[in-house]
Amino acid sequence: MDIVVIHALNALLYASVLFLIAGGLSLIYGVMRIVNLAHGNLYAFGAYVSAWVVGLLVARAPEGASPSTVLLLLLLPAGAVAAAAFGALLEPTLLRPFYKRAEEYQLLVTFGLLMIIDDVIRWLWGPYPLSASVLFENFGSLGIGDAIYPTYNFLVIAVGALAAVFLWAFIYKTRFGVVLRATSQNMRMSSALGVNVNRVYVQAFTLGCLMAGLGGAIIVPSQSAVLGMGVDALILSFIVVVVGGLGSLEGALLGALIVGVVREAGIAWFPEIELAVLYLIAAAVLLIRPAGLFGRA
Amino acid sequence: MSTVTTTVALEHRSPVRTLGWAVPALVILLALPFVVDQYQTILLAYGLVMGIAALGFNLLLGYTGLLSFGHSAYFGVGAYTVALMVKYLGVTSMELFLVGAIVACVLVTAVFGIACVRYTRIFFGILTMALSQVLWSLAFKFFWVTGGTDGLRVPTPTLLGLVTGKGDKIAFLATAYYYYVLGVFVICTLVMWVIVSSPFGRALQAIRDNEVRAEFVGIQIRQYRWVAFLVSGVFTGLAGALWVPLNGLTTPDIMHWTFSGEIVFMTVLGGFRSFTGPIIGAIVFNYLKTYAVGYTVYWQLLLGVVLVVLVLSLPTGIVGTAERLWARWRAR
Amino acid sequence: MSASVPSPVLLETRKLLKQFGEFRAVDHVDFRVQEGEVLALIGSNGAGKTTLVNLISGLLRADAGQIIFRGADVTAQTVHQRIAAGIARSFQLVNLFDQLSALDNVALAIFSRQGKTRKLFSLADADRPVWDEAMAVLHLFRMESKARLSAGGLAQGERKLLDVAIAYALKPRLLFLDEPTSGVSTREKAPIMDTISSVVRSERISAAIIEHDMDVVFSYADRIVAMHQGTILADGTPDEIRRNERVLTTLIGTPETRG
Repeated sequence: MDIVVIHALNALLYASVLFLIAGGLSLIYGVMRIVNLAHGNLYAFGAYVSAWVVGLLVARAPEGASPSTVLLLLLLPAGAVAAAAFGALLEPTLLRPFYKRAEEYQLLVTFGLLMIIDDVIRWLWGPYPLSASVLFENFGSLGIGDAIYPTYNFLVIAVGALAAVFLWAFIYKTRFGVVLRATSQNMRMSSALGVNVNRVYVQAFTLGCLMAGLGGAIIVPSQSAVLGMGVDALILSFIVVVVGGLGSLEGALLGALIVGVVREAGIAWFPEIELAVLYLIAAAVLLIRPAGLFGRA
Repeated sequence: MSTVTTTVALEHRSPVRTLGWAVPALVILLALPFVVDQYQTILLAYGLVMGIAALGFNLLLGYTGLLSFGHSAYFGVGAYTVALMVKYLGVTSMELFLVGAIVACVLVTAVFGIACVRYTRIFFGILTMALSQVLWSLAFKFFWVTGGTDGLRVPTPTLLGLVTGKGDKIAFLATAYYYYVLGVFVICTLVMWVIVSSPFGRALQAIRDNEVRAEFVGIQIRQYRWVAFLVSGVFTGLAGALWVPLNGLTTPDIMHWTFSGEIVFMTVLGGFRSFTGPIIGAIVFNYLKTYAVGYTVYWQLLLGVVLVVLVLSLPTGIVGTAERLWARWRAR
Repeated sequence: MSASVPSPVLLETRKLLKQFGEFRAVDHVDFRVQEGEVLALIGSNGAGKTTLVNLISGLLRADAGQIIFRGADVTAQTVHQRIAAGIARSFQLVNLFDQLSALDNVALAIFSRQGKTRKLFSLADADRPVWDEAMAVLHLFRMESKARLSAGGLAQGERKLLDVAIAYALKPRLLFLDEPTSGVSTREKAPIMDTISSVVRSERISAAIIEHDMDVVFSYADRIVAMHQGTILADGTPDEIRRNERVLTTLIGTPETRG
């Protein structure tokens, strides 16, 4: 029984982080109709920045002592902020010239971006993993029956859940959300109605990057930041958005849960074909419901 | 010639004019091993192999209007077919390898194709990518078959039942194998040229330009796309088979979607709106990557910047840009 | 053409229905085209003309009813099969292969008609008979001087004609033309219609033309079918339609409601 609870918690943990990354990807696609292949790298960027900030604090702390957990927690979102700032910079400079061009070019330019950010991370932080495990350790663990589970992971799950609630409220209950949804429905119409589409785009893109960066920031204490984490995350997010429906946040949530559960089950029971099963699920959903479970056709 | 007709860019209508380019190019390719050192020859062989892959890829992108982000799968199927034929069947004949790769690729692309050709645009890209990742993860995880990340070693093959690479492997690759690759490359280029110049090739371009109208001149779009998908995958798979002996090893990296990205990259670099673009792009990309990797650990940064600048300022690629400059120069 | 010599029925729809949600775009329509006639389909926007043509040509699937062409039920057939049977069409918004030359556009239709687009290993350019025929088609449509220009670079009137030429090259028995003169200047309309009309009549192809311009309709059509709200309002010779009160009030009398 305990083992089932542990597996369920792990699945939720994956799902939380995946929802943040894939939700950002989906939001950007929904509003701007751009599939950002460099999206995973923004998640990686967030993870690196947070790990780096935590590392700085640890280095400054007096010998043997650990910096305060509260301070660390407060600084952890630095990665999310950095990724958002990065996004706010990228959209007007690199992506904007491509909205009127063919999809191929949009994909290619973001593929170039993927290569660039990969190496920028390597250049800034070197080829070795960057860890922020002090925070993870500070939280200790909880007993669940006979098993123990890291307390920090509960925090990650909570952040994922909170982010989902917050986003839902943001999209459906605020004025900005209305503008966002209107623009995603019909860019020309919104523009004709006086919506500043350029501004909506940069805001949506920044928000999407913030989510990816937040995903990286909250996961880095339990899993070090490593090179290549961005590309792996991108592929998993693709599965999530394909299953849930590209451009749908509800879909991203459901997709993240499905992928989280399948991954956890896969790692436990069918490790050899865990990834293959995920890709096949994505392919199957595309075939049966091309727009995804929650997508608009 | 009117200025408007130059927008009819894809086909070089006069075979004589095409030959005017092809013959000198072939002479240079034949003579080069006598001029440059072995390393350079082998590098060029890599370029030619990737040229075949990109040529196949561009039947979909340039002629049919479908952007595949999963061609690494077919390259990998070709490569792994060779490696598994060595491992389990003890085959050494290169011709058998090529036949095996073609058969394997036909099987895989036929199945993948049925699923993929139902979609276009971004969904086609994502579906091809997802399916290629299935193969990648299998190659990655089933290490007792595929060697996992260590990959599978492949010894030098026997060419035409005559030439073997016993002894000096480098010399073999730089001479006999180079000419073998060149031979296959020439055949592939000719075959592809015929295909894109055939009524079928025209039908693909029609589908690319206007799907609805193509249907209303009686073209069964999905069937044609499926055939194009098959041919495209087989060419890329053939390239994968030729690539293994050069590399001596096949690893799951060549199945990963980022390798598909490289195939897209080289095709756009050369220019996907022209027949020769992918070939030129593949050869140039191969040099670019080899030297970038040798020059700096930040080669990805370098290539990424090249790609972004390319897409921003030279969307027609090397060949498209050269044609424009050539036309402008002649007009003076 | 007088109605005293009844020509055989080429195409017939029986209670054809197409719904978009609650809206009946084509509402149980019985529509006929006879061998060799030039028929005009008129009606305001949303009357169901284009939907009817879309159903018959296979772009849309009917929700109910039958389409009988030359005695055979084609309701369930694919576009490809209907074209092979002899139904071709042009489009209201010109639909061409813009990156191919005008000649290529027509040649493609001929290659397709002859089943040659299934050939991967033959050179299209080497097939002289096809190119000769394509040139002859362009000649018929008075466009041979534009043969080498890319379709994307042609003027609107030329694009309209090329669109019809492509459909004609399929050698149809029945040709649907969806607003062949829309988007061109009034001055150009007559020459375009003269060209189309002479080709169609000399080859004895049945044609159904959707048209808004009543001058065009009355001068070129043998028979006029007026549609309104998804049903057929009137059906008759130009003279009969001219005198038809219902048509006059719903369609012709209110030109400002026409698109």
